[in-house]
Amino acid sequence: MNRHYLPLIATIVVFVTLFAVGGGMYKNFLTTRVLGNILADNSFIIIAALGATFVILSGGIDLSVGSMIGFVGVSMAVLDRAGWHPMASALLLIVFGMAFGALQGWIIDFCEIQPFIVTLAGLFLLRGACFMVTLDAVPLRHEFVREFAAAKIPLPGNGVLRSSALVMLGSLMIAVAIAHLTRFGTAVYAIGGDRESARLMGVNIRRTTIQIYALGGTYSALAGVVYALYTSSGYPLAGSTLELSAIAAVVLGGTLLTGGVGFVLGSLFGGMILGLISTLILFNGSLNSAWIMISSGVLLFAFIVMHRFLVGTFNLRGTA
Amino acid sequence: MMVADVLRPRGAGLPRLRDTRAVWPVLALIAILVFDWVMVPNFFQIRVVEGRLFGNVIDILYRATPTALVSLGMALVIGTKGIDLSVGSTIAIVGAVISWRIHAGDPHIVILFEALAVAVVCGIWNGSLVAGLGIQPIIATLILMVSGRGIGLLINLLYGGTDPSFDSPLLQGLSTGHLWLIPTRLVVGAVLFVALWLVIRRTALGLFIEAVGGNAAAADLAGVNARRIIFVAYVLCGLLAGCAGVILTADTHTSDPVSVAMYIELDAILAVVIGGASLGGGRIYLGLTVIGALVIQALTTSILISGLRPEYNLIVKSVVVMIVLLLQSRNVRHHVTMLFQGRRR
Repeated sequence: MNRHYLPLIATIVVFVTLFAVGGGMYKNFLTTRVLGNILADNSFIIIAALGATFVILSGGIDLSVGSMIGFVGVSMAVLDRAGWHPMASALLLIVFGMAFGALQGWIIDFCEIQPFIVTLAGLFLLRGACFMVTLDAVPLRHEFVREFAAAKIPLPGNGVLRSSALVMLGSLMIAVAIAHLTRFGTAVYAIGGDRESARLMGVNIRRTTIQIYALGGTYSALAGVVYALYTSSGYPLAGSTLELSAIAAVVLGGTLLTGGVGFVLGSLFGGMILGLISTLILFNGSLNSAWIMISSGVLLFAFIVMHRFLVGTFNLRGTA
Repeated sequence: MMVADVLRPRGAGLPRLRDTRAVWPVLALIAILVFDWVMVPNFFQIRVVEGRLFGNVIDILYRATPTALVSLGMALVIGTKGIDLSVGSTIAIVGAVISWRIHAGDPHIVILFEALAVAVVCGIWNGSLVAGLGIQPIIATLILMVSGRGIGLLINLLYGGTDPSFDSPLLQGLSTGHLWLIPTRLVVGAVLFVALWLVIRRTALGLFIEAVGGNAAAADLAGVNARRIIFVAYVLCGLLAGCAGVILTADTHTSDPVSVAMYIELDAILAVVIGGASLGGGRIYLGLTVIGALVIQALTTSILISGLRPEYNLIVKSVVVMIVLLLQSRNVRHHVTMLFQGRRR
């Protein structure tokens, strides 16, 4: 078996174990209803994490994710008030997300400024833009929003797949296809593995970097659309620190922050593990919400140490 | 080396000045202050009110002190080619500990040291993960960043958590009081800066940190214990964040782990980068880092006094930061130079 699958398998094992533990502790936990809710409630984090996976696979980082989600949300709400159809504003904002991401990618490569700093400026810029669009929570009143929230596919058992979960699963499939079936996907892995070798092999670094951040921006904007439709409102502080959840989901999903190693599919399970933790703590009922932060941190720690061990033992980054 | 550098006559004053890293952050600060002076002619006026100095410049220094302290710690960590995302969480934990121990009735001078000790423990945790386990700094410190504010909330629960506010003449004196005419926190900040400068520049520590950040393997071969140096940098960063935490907590005299020092890690990293240090490590500029923190605070203050709506704060901040960074980028400077030279011909 390919040793590169080890972190991914570990992630899936942890997810299944946590789910089983929940089933042992609480009645009605091991149901498709809980699973469907976890998928729907965390769909925007997972969508954002999918885009972040490409960025992290290439050895970069995107901190502008949370602000992008907030900006897309308030813009959709304000455009909704101006009489736009949500689908039209969604399309416009996704194009904006792509353009904004491309600009970040260009600055990173052309100006040789670290991705951390460029996307940090992006974080501030977009959050400031949120405050300029509106300072209040604005509701989305269009009929379509209600239809979107109501749309669902029944699952065996009592569960349902809500529309946000469906959008998430759709974008997951696209992301997996991009990562593993296209030349661009291979270039992302190549740059993350060794940038200089990739360049010498003829990968167009500038174009690929722009594409990577454009893809990240697209997915963040899509996450913002799903978030706005899911909460049927736009709020200028929405999505604060969500970039951290997205990065945590990617890391829990088995992708190395040094780049070059990991799978898009892992981010789905990483995001679901984060969702599972908060669901478990909510089921308990007596625990303080502070435990969500702490247990996420503990789990992150455990995974990182495990990755460290796996990388050291199985030479995941090596060529041998 | 770029073509333009080769063609440029050696030792020409202006170009060399332009290539000096120190120029851009200082110029940015001067530009902001001149802007303020144009907007508000009595901007530089300093008065004495109730036995202490008052004025816009004092206000900028006053508000920039916590960020500057955190930035100094960040400068050390970035010097080792690391990063510390957990400083905000460290401040949240320090605040919670101060509030908890005051409710428990400890003497306030002891609480000061307890708070700093907790901050050092946070630094030791980060240092152990990065130097001990060899985990990538950004992800190692992400752990404490994610869970730290939760730990703060739990500490608040230790005494019921209903009323985390407190009164402490000693701690509040350190934060909002004044010594002779000068706000105490400026004195504290200056003392800490001088102490840190002595430790970094008058011992070999600074040199070692820069050596490790420049090339850890080479530094190791040269006999520098890279791991120990990196560990010390994170502990110092935690300690300085703890000092900022004491000031910030005493300022509001309450513990609010969820929102205290939100985004301070980002401001601190920006301050270091505006100060001309690369995230790639190998360089520590203590003075310029403080200038960087002042640029950030002066920007916020000037947006307030210019009458611009505070919503614009973040946008203006990000745009100014990008301009400073673009000016520091060789590639951009090169292209701009080419553009002008082409036009002249």
